[in-house]
Amino acid sequence: MTRTLHEGFSLRRLRALCIKETKQILRDPSSLLIAVVLPVVLLFIFGFGISLDTNRLSLGIVLEDQGAEAQRFAAVAAGSPYIHLRFARTRAELATPMAEGALRGLIVIPQDFGARLAAGDGSARIQVLTDGSEPNTANFVASYAQGLFESWLHARADARGVSADPPVSLEPRYWFNPSTESRNFLIPGSIAVVMTIIGALLTSLVVAREWERGTMEALLATPVRRGELLLSKALPYYGLGLIAMAVCVVIAVVLMHVPLRGSIAMLFVATSLFLGSALGLGLLLSTLTRNQFNAALAALNAAFLPAVMLSGLIFEISSMPAFVQAVTLIVPARYFVTVMQTLFQAGDIAAILLPNLLFLLVSALFWLGLTARRTRMRLDG
Amino acid sequence: MAAGLAVSIRGLTHRYAGQGAEEHALDDVALSIDRGVITGLAGPDGAGKTTLMRLMAGLLKPVSGEIEVLGLDPLRAASELHLRVGYMPQKFGLYEDLTVMENLVLYADLRGVTGAARQAQFERLLDFTDLHRFTGRLAGKLSGGMKQKLGLACTLVGQPELLLLDEPGVGVDPISRRELWRMVQALAAEGMAVVWATAYLEEAERCDALCLMNAGRVIFAGPPGEQIARMRGRSVLACDIRGNRRHFLRRALGLPGVIDGVIQGDAVRLVLAEGQAPPMAELGEDAPRIVPVEPRLEDAFIDLVGGGPDGRSALAGTLAEVALPAHIDPEAVIRAHDLTRRFGDFVATDHVSFSVRRGEIFGLLGPNGAGKSTTFRMMCGLLAPTSGEAQVMGIDLKHSAPAARQKLGYMAQKFSLYGNLGVERNLRFFAGIYGLSGRSRDRKVAQMLESFELDHYRGTQAAELPLGFKQRLSLACALMHEPPLLFLDEPTSGVDPVTRREFWSHINALVDRGVTVMVTTHFMDEAEYCDRIGLVYRGRLIAVGPPDDLKRQVADAALPDPTFEDAFIRLIERDDAARAAAGGAP
Repeated sequence: MTRTLHEGFSLRRLRALCIKETKQILRDPSSLLIAVVLPVVLLFIFGFGISLDTNRLSLGIVLEDQGAEAQRFAAVAAGSPYIHLRFARTRAELATPMAEGALRGLIVIPQDFGARLAAGDGSARIQVLTDGSEPNTANFVASYAQGLFESWLHARADARGVSADPPVSLEPRYWFNPSTESRNFLIPGSIAVVMTIIGALLTSLVVAREWERGTMEALLATPVRRGELLLSKALPYYGLGLIAMAVCVVIAVVLMHVPLRGSIAMLFVATSLFLGSALGLGLLLSTLTRNQFNAALAALNAAFLPAVMLSGLIFEISSMPAFVQAVTLIVPARYFVTVMQTLFQAGDIAAILLPNLLFLLVSALFWLGLTARRTRMRLDG
Repeated sequence: MAAGLAVSIRGLTHRYAGQGAEEHALDDVALSIDRGVITGLAGPDGAGKTTLMRLMAGLLKPVSGEIEVLGLDPLRAASELHLRVGYMPQKFGLYEDLTVMENLVLYADLRGVTGAARQAQFERLLDFTDLHRFTGRLAGKLSGGMKQKLGLACTLVGQPELLLLDEPGVGVDPISRRELWRMVQALAAEGMAVVWATAYLEEAERCDALCLMNAGRVIFAGPPGEQIARMRGRSVLACDIRGNRRHFLRRALGLPGVIDGVIQGDAVRLVLAEGQAPPMAELGEDAPRIVPVEPRLEDAFIDLVGGGPDGRSALAGTLAEVALPAHIDPEAVIRAHDLTRRFGDFVATDHVSFSVRRGEIFGLLGPNGAGKSTTFRMMCGLLAPTSGEAQVMGIDLKHSAPAARQKLGYMAQKFSLYGNLGVERNLRFFAGIYGLSGRSRDRKVAQMLESFELDHYRGTQAAELPLGFKQRLSLACALMHEPPLLFLDEPTSGVDPVTRREFWSHINALVDRGVTVMVTTHFMDEAEYCDRIGLVYRGRLIAVGPPDDLKRQVADAALPDPTFEDAFIRLIERDDAARAAAGGAP
């Protein structure tokens, strides 16, 4: 028998290990659960359960001034299709529903409202109180109330024919998502979260499992090479990631009617690059901890939570503190979320996609490279 | 393949990360391993067997020293070495979610065995291991013995020149272990070098060559016969003992001429110091017949490490006699009646009945998966029976398990104390659990520290304790509430012979005070300490009686003086035969 088989990389060994890994995935109900059922559930939660749209907000309006002007403003506000108003004469009356969260904000019309309006010196004010514990909603309430007030002032001035202000009216239009449905940007972004779960959380278990079950020791005692071992862990899960991506896209487009304006090819490239980072990180944690529980917890903190919190999916990155903004730069999900939202809502826009894909490429090379460096072919070190 | 040297090791020292400069996993080890023979690598847990195996398999980098395997440096020529060396780690290295055939194919691919050569090897290995019928079964669904055979088959793919087996007998019943032994013998006869690591010295005794290890050092290397021969005339059996054999043992161990002693059924086996005649003057009155017996490797091991413990237990003086309430039958302080436990369709325990006397050591013995653990757990209230009755001290475990648990001390198989708490804190914690507080707690903790000579380790974290002291601490925690019953789950598997003897001297002291002990074990040695044994097989109790009675049951002309292992195997074979004859359901 020739004894030269041990030299160099062997496709046969790689294939054997990949087959083994794939069979293990197929026979382990939990990995299929994570790869197929979880994405579906997550997409439905993001698609139907969570909505960042702010229609039909409940607000309170406090008429400390019961004058005609104040009544008129309140009537206009009450006519808005986006809010539901509750009237009161003092703040105290609405303090409780506000604290309970039944009201998202208060519009206070102060006692001197009518008097200041009559003075005509532009010193009339309203006060807007919002619930700071929900910043997105608070911002919306503040600017909506302010806008309402300003347009009422303009309309009042117009009616009196004393329009000194420039006759410009602002009418916002939302491009790329004309109806500003939050689902259209949440779903593409949440696909990034699903990919993180498959890439990082699932793979964080696989190397550690071999250590825990004692099979790694037997594997290391065979002529298997480092590259073969790593690829055999990465490739099957890469395949699983692509399948999950296909499932997600079909659900998003067919069931949830989220438009996909980019090309499938670009989607494939972006997914591949992102899975590179996620798989690399998962495998690295698994390799370092050699313990499934620790690896999964580490992956949760290092991959899943940043993908949800720091990717710009739910919280706007530009409104984060500078330090946290800096941290988001090393979160691969941040770039992938941007890429996904762009691909779904705008299309193959090279100017946006290229820099983000470049970051994803660098990140993938970094994590996979680090994993390769930390993979030991011995039990020690 | 010609006979010759397979492995040569000189001055090999190894230390794991985290071990201090003074600690060693291996300390200046020198060893040669020949082709064509089975070399036993024997010693208790922590002796350094696995470390040595891993170093030979090129899986660890030694701190210093030389090691040459099949003419190769295990680190620099790792991939060639891995083609020529088969290494079976302790858990067999099988993928439980792959079938028997898929496991074989994987290892064949990894070792480059393809085409016709693969077919021929598979055919041979499946014949050899008798796994033909199970090729489609998942490895996880195999019995312990079959897993071990499959592990061996996977290791043998590619026809290695050196076979390294790390404790292949652990967790496998004696029948499978004998089968495996025959297979490995056949391989060695073909010229393969085989290293068989084991904590069972009786297993090592059968090897062609022996490397006996203790605490990281080789204490003997050579043919095991040499050690046996050296001990000849020093191993004796004291028969026809009058009075209590446990008392007899204690007295014998107190004599300067006796270095070791164990209970063996009705008799007591003693090892004498070099040049000593049997101490008839001191012991003759109670044991009229003291006859020389064939020495064992364990005798030599005890001699090499400087003799066993003196058999005294400081515990003896501090314990109060167990008083039984009047309403409890002293003949049945533990009682099982038609005890049955099902898991789905599977009957783990099948109408088991027995009772245990006050002050008796009762052992449950059986192959893995026979149902002894299930029965044991029902008896200590950890598992509810499906039907039947389990009683301790007259309390029915089905209705008042917590009340019953207050009556029993339980020592789990694995070290189950808080490793990062100090010795004293562990004791205080367990005292608290059993409802002691204030002064009575302080007194009890102080007493335990003294009785078990743990004073010196008071503040040491439990995980850092030497093995023997860990055992003492576990026992101390189980005895905190002075229970009249003590349940021991495989108390000394993998423990070195000296520590094992010391442990049993404590148990003997407890029994003297009227404590009743129930123990599970698959250690034949441990079974000999028991007053009575219940042999569990396929969920049923197939034999109950004193160890010597069970041995007599299987004795015949061909085997007039069977060992306990012989008895065990024959009784099981008889049960199988009886079932087959009855055409009973499997």
